[in-house]
Amino acid sequence: MSAPLIEVRNLKKFFKTGRGMLHAVDDVNFTIEEGKTLGVVGESGCGKSTLGRTILHLLDATDGQILYKGKDITTPTRKELSALRHEMQIIFQDPFSSLNPRKSVSETIMEPMKLSHSMKKQEMIDRTKELMETVGLAERFWGTYPHELDGGRRQRIGIARALALGPRFIVCDEPVSALDVSIQAQILNLMLDLQEQRKLTYMFVTHDLSVVKYISDDILVMYLGQVVEKAPSDELFKNTLHPYSKALLSAIPVPDIHANNELVTLAGEITSPIDPKPGCRFMARCPYASDRCNEPQKIEEILPNHFVSCCKCREINNL
Amino acid sequence: MNNTKKKQRGRLGETWHQLKKNKFAIVGLVIIVIVLLIAVFAPVLAPYSYDTQDLVNAYAKPSAEHLLGTDKFGRDTFSRLIWGTRKSMEMGLGCVAFGTAAGLIIGSIAGYFGGRVDNIIMRIMDIFSCVPMMLMCVVIAAILGPSTRNAIIAIAVSTTPSAARLIRANILTVRGKEFVEAARAIDGKAPHIILNHVLPNAIAPTIVSTTMNIGNSIISGATLSFIGLGAQPPIAEWGAMLSEGRNLMRDHMELVLYPGICIMITVLAFNMLGDGLRDAMDPRLRN
Amino acid sequence: MENNKPIVEIRDLHVQFHSDDAVIHAVNGVDLTIREGETLGLVGETGAGKTTIARAILGIVAKPQGEITQGEIFFEGQDILKLHEKDMRSLRGNQIAMIFQDPMTALNPIERVGEQIEEAIGLHNDISHAEAIERAMQMLELVGIPRERYFEYPHQFSGGMKQRVVIAMALACNPKLLLADEPTTALDVTIQAQVLKMMRELKEKLNTAVLMITHDLGVVASICQKVAVIYAGEIVEYGTLEQIFDHPTHPYTLGLFGSLPKLDSTEKRLKPIRGMMPDPTIEIQGCKFADRCEYATEECRARHPEIYTTPDGHQIRCLRAGKEGA
Repeated sequence: MSAPLIEVRNLKKFFKTGRGMLHAVDDVNFTIEEGKTLGVVGESGCGKSTLGRTILHLLDATDGQILYKGKDITTPTRKELSALRHEMQIIFQDPFSSLNPRKSVSETIMEPMKLSHSMKKQEMIDRTKELMETVGLAERFWGTYPHELDGGRRQRIGIARALALGPRFIVCDEPVSALDVSIQAQILNLMLDLQEQRKLTYMFVTHDLSVVKYISDDILVMYLGQVVEKAPSDELFKNTLHPYSKALLSAIPVPDIHANNELVTLAGEITSPIDPKPGCRFMARCPYASDRCNEPQKIEEILPNHFVSCCKCREINNL
Repeated sequence: MNNTKKKQRGRLGETWHQLKKNKFAIVGLVIIVIVLLIAVFAPVLAPYSYDTQDLVNAYAKPSAEHLLGTDKFGRDTFSRLIWGTRKSMEMGLGCVAFGTAAGLIIGSIAGYFGGRVDNIIMRIMDIFSCVPMMLMCVVIAAILGPSTRNAIIAIAVSTTPSAARLIRANILTVRGKEFVEAARAIDGKAPHIILNHVLPNAIAPTIVSTTMNIGNSIISGATLSFIGLGAQPPIAEWGAMLSEGRNLMRDHMELVLYPGICIMITVLAFNMLGDGLRDAMDPRLRN
Repeated sequence: MENNKPIVEIRDLHVQFHSDDAVIHAVNGVDLTIREGETLGLVGETGAGKTTIARAILGIVAKPQGEITQGEIFFEGQDILKLHEKDMRSLRGNQIAMIFQDPMTALNPIERVGEQIEEAIGLHNDISHAEAIERAMQMLELVGIPRERYFEYPHQFSGGMKQRVVIAMALACNPKLLLADEPTTALDVTIQAQVLKMMRELKEKLNTAVLMITHDLGVVASICQKVAVIYAGEIVEYGTLEQIFDHPTHPYTLGLFGSLPKLDSTEKRLKPIRGMMPDPTIEIQGCKFADRCEYATEECRARHPEIYTTPDGHQIRCLRAGKEGA
């Protein structure tokens, strides 16, 4: 098997705050094969967005390694970074703040091409038209400004901008969370179509488990900067092993009145990721917590290809 | 709540559309345009030069020859008011142009780079703004010597800190927006991002304060001239005319009244336009 | 439940907003009844008019832009649209309370949370200060916050806790009707689950009628008994939870269900509703959904469909309803 498109080893990203070090991403490992989608799930403050931005070098990693096609890109030179920007892109959550209100639709989509200085004017115009068609934006929106458009169309602009330079890898940071359900489905389908047509590799960051199941091949569940569970999508939903993943899954209100809608609620709220203690970070809210959980947790392959970071995992799940 | 599809207008067009509905702002705008025209065409409009003396006709009453009478040197008050328009506007606009430009550059650097650069720059600005504005103006004008140009420098320097602080705050807000991050992700370099994405979105909110600052600067300029540190005789400037008329106020009220009214109307016009602009540019007040 | 007496009856409500060059038809002839102790889910997308209906009930459709052009809203038999502002004020917060999506805007950041609840109680009840404080502390406990936190400020609370405080404040005067506008949308799922569970328990305890405004069918399924689906300012389908979830009939409702990624299915593609909601400034002659509907016929575009009611009370605004093969 060839090298995975993206490999992340022991990645850490800390932020200095007034009250200590904030461990936004703490020792995260994963790989994404070309053409696949990795879903990253977690609640606000779990470090999922920081993870995506660190891989794209929008933030500098504190420690660890990022590999792209087997090559270490953790500290790229300026030239390498420019090249990487062509290969890796991002789609943002908020279709309102992710577009410059003073640039028209075509200007926004054309900007990456202008910055790359590799195309003639006519080429850029043709390519922009083509991209607009690809993402389903009618040509009459060419000179329109973002504030005149609805969220779905704005998100399409963001997608076209990300596609402009023909990237291989796209970090999707909650791209549908701000949209209405019917529009959300349109955008999700568009993203799947694009993946098929262009063999794109996605890292799909979201808090919505039903969306992540629908779109991902593999899933990473994060809690306070750490990976608590990692497995292929179907496997994770079939055999949920980590207590946090279980809680997360059962907390979703299901739009089906015959399903068991007794929401299992977790006690307490997310604790602070500032200078965390060495033990399991979920301990304070975990119904199975015991003394052993004060030890640092190691991520283990409990079932084939199914990794869990919980010392009591086997016990809880009768494995 | 409902997103209506407006007729397609750019941001500027939208602002103008909103502004048109505000009567006060339009009155202000019209006055400003008239004042500016008077300033530009002063030599054509004024029947006499600002320093043509006619000592025989000193303190003349208004007549066909001298529409608003004459002062103690027999200079035509109407002509001096017109010439004064030019000087006063020069001061108002000059101060704001220099003060805002300096504030823009300083504030942008502090805002975009942040960290220590930001800290050092802003602390220096703080020190500047600790000194009362008038005192600062007096000191600068005293050091450089009294003249129109130096008064402009003095006022510009004293307005710089507030302009810098305002633009810095706006830049901080814009810098946190995702489209700036998106620009970095598509390989935009810092100068490109500042010029194309950050500044255009950070400047708009300062237009309002800049407009209002013109009014304040006209007052400051007049004040400096009034205390003898601005425009020097025989140059006609509203503040200087006030100053000259001050001693004669008891017998010749009109010599103080006319320049006073000119200052008041002009400043009021700028404030009305500024107020209107603020309302027009604030999307929350729309719809 | 059917025999419970209605708390609110909305009849043929029309609300318009005026912007400088257009009239926005936000609510177009809504009929809706909420009965005592019942939770009605009002489901729809952004701009469908959900919030406007709640605001109309609360009497806070802002003039001069907003205007109720037609219709009646009866609260316990009294037409509140005809009430004077003074009488309306005594209803608001006392008999009818509202929870907003963003808990931060509902709380005063520089006042202790307990005092804010106490104030709400004192305003509408003729009781002593000490009694009001005690009542406020009880309310905090009711929503699962220890009474010691009475003296803390909003910034010391997390998002979920703040929403609990807002709910405590809304329920402080024991209102007959609670208007909840997306109360859990801004919260994380595990926190949302806590708040939903708490709301469900409170409702059983207090028997308050709730209008639950949401875009999330999952939330509806877990807390409501009745569901109204709203599209472009019209109720397109209304029924019990079972009727809507087991026999969704209106093409829009079907489309909503088709748009949702489901946890227990293995479909590879969602079936989104094509297109977007119509421009609310344009008056549409026929069915407002026709342009996005896969069953639309010429008749749909020409004739505005009336509500069709099945024998067991399931209401559908669609020309196909009740016909063969629908």
